[in-house]
Amino acid sequence: MIRFENVHKSFGRHEVLRGIDAEVDKGQVMCLIGASGSGKSTMLRCVNGLEDYQSGRISIDGETVDAHAASIHAIRTRVAMVFQRFNLFPHMTALQNVMEGPIHVLGENRDEVRARAQEHLRRVGLADKMDFYPSALSGGQQQRVAIARALAMRPDAILLDEPTSALDPEMVGEVLSVLRDLAQERMTMLIVTHEIQFAREVADGVIFLDQGRIAERGSADDVLSRPTHARTQEFLRRVTHPV
Amino acid sequence: MSPLHERIQEYLPLLVTGLWQTVAVTLLSLVLASTLGLVWALMRSSGTRWLSLPARYMVEFLRGIPILVVLFYIYFVMPELGLDLSAFQAGVVGLALTYSCYIGETFRGGIEAVDRGQVEAAKSIGMKHGKMMRRIVLPQAVRIALPPYGNNMVMLLKDSSQVSVISVAELTMQGKMLASSTFDNMTVFTMVAALYLCLTIPLNMLMRHVELRMGAAS
Ligand SMILES: Nc1ncnc2c1ncn2[C@@H]1O[C@H](COP(=O)(O)OP(=O)(O)O)[C@@H](O)[C@H]1O
Ligand SMILES: [Mg+2]
Repeated sequence: MIRFENVHKSFGRHEVLRGIDAEVDKGQVMCLIGASGSGKSTMLRCVNGLEDYQSGRISIDGETVDAHAASIHAIRTRVAMVFQRFNLFPHMTALQNVMEGPIHVLGENRDEVRARAQEHLRRVGLADKMDFYPSALSGGQQQRVAIARALAMRPDAILLDEPTSALDPEMVGEVLSVLRDLAQERMTMLIVTHEIQFAREVADGVIFLDQGRIAERGSADDVLSRPTHARTQEFLRRVTHPV
Repeated sequence: MSPLHERIQEYLPLLVTGLWQTVAVTLLSLVLASTLGLVWALMRSSGTRWLSLPARYMVEFLRGIPILVVLFYIYFVMPELGLDLSAFQAGVVGLALTYSCYIGETFRGGIEAVDRGQVEAAKSIGMKHGKMMRRIVLPQAVRIALPPYGNNMVMLLKDSSQVSVISVAELTMQGKMLASSTFDNMTVFTMVAALYLCLTIPLNMLMRHVELRMGAAS
C-alpha cells in the first residue's frame, strides 16, 4: 500500500535518497534500520509530504504523494506519523491531543470522537492520565498519547520515526508493547528503529538503508540474523553490542 | 507663589484630562497596532512569497521613519491628498502604524519560536495552514510573545506623548501648556512624570502577573 519507485531526494546538492524502491503491503510491519544520517527519517517524511522528493514516485494505494499538491492534506489523514520527540500539543490535555485531528480535521462528531479517544487512551494504558497536560507526563506516557493520537485518525498506515529513541531505558518497554499489540492487529506500519530484538519479533520485513540506498532487505530473520552485506553486519554488531 | 498642595490641586484637573486623552490614544492605537501587527506577522509567516514580501517591505519602510515624521505626514500632508483627520485621529493612526511594525515583529518572533515539531505534528494529522496557525501555533506563540508584547505596550504608552507635536491635548501637551502659563516647571513636570508612572507601574505589574499565570498553566 506504501510504494517507493526509484525515489531520489536531495537537500541542495546533497543527495540523501538515491533511488529507493520499496513496498509496504497492507497489514505488514516494515522496519527500517541503518546508521545515523543514512536517510531513514527522510524516507519516512517523504511518505506524508513533510519533505518533497525530486524524482521517482511514492504512492499510497496508487495515489501519488506530492508534498506541494492540495491532495497532501487528505493523504496525511490516511497515513499517521509518530515522532521521535512525541510532538504533543503542549497547550492541550492528553485527551484533547487525541481528539484534535478527528474533530478539527475530519470534522467528526465531538461526543463520538471523545468516546473513541478515551478508548484509545485506555488501550495504551493511560485511562488515568486523560486530563493531564503533556508536561505532566513521562516520555513513555507522552509517546503512548502520540500513538493514540495517530490511531484516532483511523489511518490506513502509521509511520514511526525512532519512537523509543528519546525515551529513558525503563520506558522503552511500555511503548514497544503498545506497538506489538498494533502489529498483532495487522496495523500497517513503517518503523524506523534501533530495537533489533523488537524488529525480530514484529517485523514482516526489514530494510537496511546505507547512505541513501537500500543495501539489504528481506525477512526479519534473514536481515537481522544472517545479514549478507558487510555494512549490515557491522551496523548490527554496533547496535547489539554498543561500545 | 501659593503653597505646594494648593498648586497641585490647581494643576491636577487639567493634567487629569490630559491623562484620559493619553489613555484613549494609547488604547485605540494599541488595538489597531496589534490587529495590524498580527496581519503583518501572519503574512510574513504564510510561506507564500506574494504575502510575505509585501509585509516585509511594509514593516521595513515604516520602521525606517521616525514617529514624529509619520505624525507630521499624516496630519499635515494627508489633508492635501484629501484625507482630513483630526489631530486625535492622526495621532492614533500614526502611532498605530509605527507600532504595528514593532508588534508585528514581536508576534513573528513568537510564531517562529514555536517548536518546528509542532508544525510537523499539526501537518501530519492533515491540518491546513490556517487552522494550524489558529489552533496550534498562535496559542503557543502568544505565550512566547507575551513578555516582549508587554514591553511594546509600555513603550507605546510612553511614545503616545509624541502626539503632542500635532497638538493632541494629552498629558504631555497639557503639562507643556500649564508650565508655560505658570512658569512652575518643577511642579508641573514632576506631576506629569508621576501621572505617567501611575499608568506604567500598574501595567508592568499586570504583565508580570499574567506571565506568571501563563507560565504556571503550561
Ligand atoms: N532539512 C535538511 N536540510 C539539509 N540536510 C538534511 C535535512 N534533513 C536531513 N538532512 C541530511 O540528510 C541526511 C539524512 O538524514 P536523515 O534522513 O535524518 O537520516 P537518519 O534519519 O537516517 O539519521 C543527513 O546527512 C542529514 O544531515
Ligand atoms: Mg532520523
